[in-house]
Amino acid sequence: MLEFISYLVNGISLGSVYAIIALGYTMVYGIAKMLNFAHGDVIMVGGFVVFSTMSGMGLPPVISVLISIVVCTALGMLIERIAYKPLRKASKLAVLITAIGVSYFLQNVALLIYGSNTKSFTSVVSIDPISLADGAVIISGETIVTIIACIVIMAGLTSFIKYSKSGRAMLAVSEDSGAAQLMGVNVNATIALTFAIGSGLAAVAGVLLCSSYPALTPYTGAMPGIKAFVAAVFGGIGSIPGAFVGGILLGVIEILGKAYISAQLADAIVFAVLVIVLLVKPTGLLGKQIQEKV
Amino acid sequence: MKKKALCLLLACAMTFSLAACGGKGGETSAPAEDRTETEAPAEAGDDTEAPAASGGAVFKVGGIGPTTGGAAVYGMAVQRGAEIAVEEINAAGGINGVQIEFQFQDDEHDPEKSVNAYNTLKDWGMQLLVGSVTSNPCIAVGEKTHEDNLFQLTPSGTAVKCVQYDNAFRMCFSDPNQGLESAKYIGENKLASKVAVIYDSSDPYSAGIYEAFRAEAENQDFEIVTEAKDGAFDASNKTDFSVQVSAAKNAGAELLYMPFYYTEASLVLKECKKQSYAPVFFGVDGMDGILSVENFDTSLAEDLMYMAPFVANSDDEQVKSFVTKYQEQFNEVPNQFAADAYDCIYVLKAAMEEAGVTPDMDASAICDAMKTAMTGITFDGITGKGISWEASGEPNKAPLIVQIKGGEGVAL
Repeated sequence: MLEFISYLVNGISLGSVYAIIALGYTMVYGIAKMLNFAHGDVIMVGGFVVFSTMSGMGLPPVISVLISIVVCTALGMLIERIAYKPLRKASKLAVLITAIGVSYFLQNVALLIYGSNTKSFTSVVSIDPISLADGAVIISGETIVTIIACIVIMAGLTSFIKYSKSGRAMLAVSEDSGAAQLMGVNVNATIALTFAIGSGLAAVAGVLLCSSYPALTPYTGAMPGIKAFVAAVFGGIGSIPGAFVGGILLGVIEILGKAYISAQLADAIVFAVLVIVLLVKPTGLLGKQIQEKV
Repeated sequence: MKKKALCLLLACAMTFSLAACGGKGGETSAPAEDRTETEAPAEAGDDTEAPAASGGAVFKVGGIGPTTGGAAVYGMAVQRGAEIAVEEINAAGGINGVQIEFQFQDDEHDPEKSVNAYNTLKDWGMQLLVGSVTSNPCIAVGEKTHEDNLFQLTPSGTAVKCVQYDNAFRMCFSDPNQGLESAKYIGENKLASKVAVIYDSSDPYSAGIYEAFRAEAENQDFEIVTEAKDGAFDASNKTDFSVQVSAAKNAGAELLYMPFYYTEASLVLKECKKQSYAPVFFGVDGMDGILSVENFDTSLAEDLMYMAPFVANSDDEQVKSFVTKYQEQFNEVPNQFAADAYDCIYVLKAAMEEAGVTPDMDASAICDAMKTAMTGITFDGITGKGISWEASGEPNKAPLIVQIKGGEGVAL
């Protein structure tokens, strides 16, 4: 039982990271109707910015994280402006390929600047681990911070979209960008804002990911990025609560599957669950079926 | 008009980037002053092997390995190590008075790209190959070199099949050999009675060592307490090791055997600390380099033992000279891949001198001469002394166990 609790906590922690990354995927998909495969690499950039400013320049963790968020936000908007905006009217496939191109570009730039050697990331969290039941269950400071950060981000984002003007504009654009434009919503600005928020979240995800799993390479973001994309589809792509639920579930299934079934089959189990969910509910757990009117 | 200008700009950018790639391919030709004399005849020698006599001809040695991508750290090291050796040999007068021209191609740790790189090098006129650096690409290229009967010496292709043909040799230990030797070492030195293993089931290197280790464990006085499925991870699942570490901890293992690379090892070590689990850590040669992980908390790796063919802080003169040169040029301590590559070039030199090959021979004739010469030489290098080779391509050398003490690797 204690073992189970410890696995569950690990799963929720891993899932929280997936969830924060998945939020970025889902928001961009919901509003710009495109899959931003470079999202995973923005995470890596976030990690490297903190690595450089904190370990390299000796700034305090909080300042480094803030710098990282600013850099990633700017980077996200820049990518959108240079690589995606000119393709707004192009076919979806073209945008998808561009996104993959941006992803490789970011990886290779990081490779040029930082080299291929693994960097060890100093955790930004300095909370002592909590030890329960005589050390049978140990919850690390990173785990606690990750889970709390995920809940705070989730709550903040939901209320932003519900109550703020620009948040409602996002909702409008996601439902029907043409109509939104007719109603005076600045679609381009809204999409840019979405990228800014998504990339800012990616920076947070990068910091949390690297704090828990401290090996930083130019390819650090690639795999978690793909897993988070799966989480977004799992929860229903385009839906913000869906990304949250999908991320947490994915993390928990992954860890429990590894622990109780087979570590070798962890991914097979995750994807089997995904297939079953999509068969039963093609839009994902919380995805909405939008009727196309002719 | 605007479009035209854009097209032109893009075309320029493309040419520029291609040119940049070519430059990065890393061509170490003869020292600058000889360049003008050697280059022209060498180029002529490409198509017409015979007429280019020893006058201005060169030996064309190719290298293949990942200099970009996830395994770039190994390919870069091999390229650099080999280049240093080539420079040294050329400066000292070459092989039987003939200079070496060395070209290194990137394969991104991808078998298909590795074969492409091989073809590029063949077009360039390669006579001998050092590579590929990583196992899977090496196996793929091995098929081609066997077809073409081109001599291949891999610095670090550890999989059994890397040297399955008689034209291929290796500098490093094979995977089963490492598993066998580490099981023996643990058993003979009574390091533990209960052992847990974590390994990468998607990587033939890691899985190969694990299988040999498991087989040999039955002959030794210790027991493997975790099942294969509890300790395995794979390429898409190598960030979270909480489950594998818990399994080892709960099984009461006193020693954790880690036959995989140091990037993952740094995560496993951190996870063990998180779970307050402190067994004896034992790794293989992929662990070499863990201390070079920037910003790594070396206290995590204190007392970690691993098998390595090369220790950078050794007192050996050859090692010292190599390490100094490497540090001067690249500002980092060379790892075993660099050392293996450095030795590879010197092994080629020794065997080529033994075989008495000349630059006008074609690749196949050189290969036939080299096959016999390789089994006849005894080599003293920086990755071991008195190394000899079997006709099967396997080296005979003694394994070295290194332990990390106070943030430095010390040979045991």
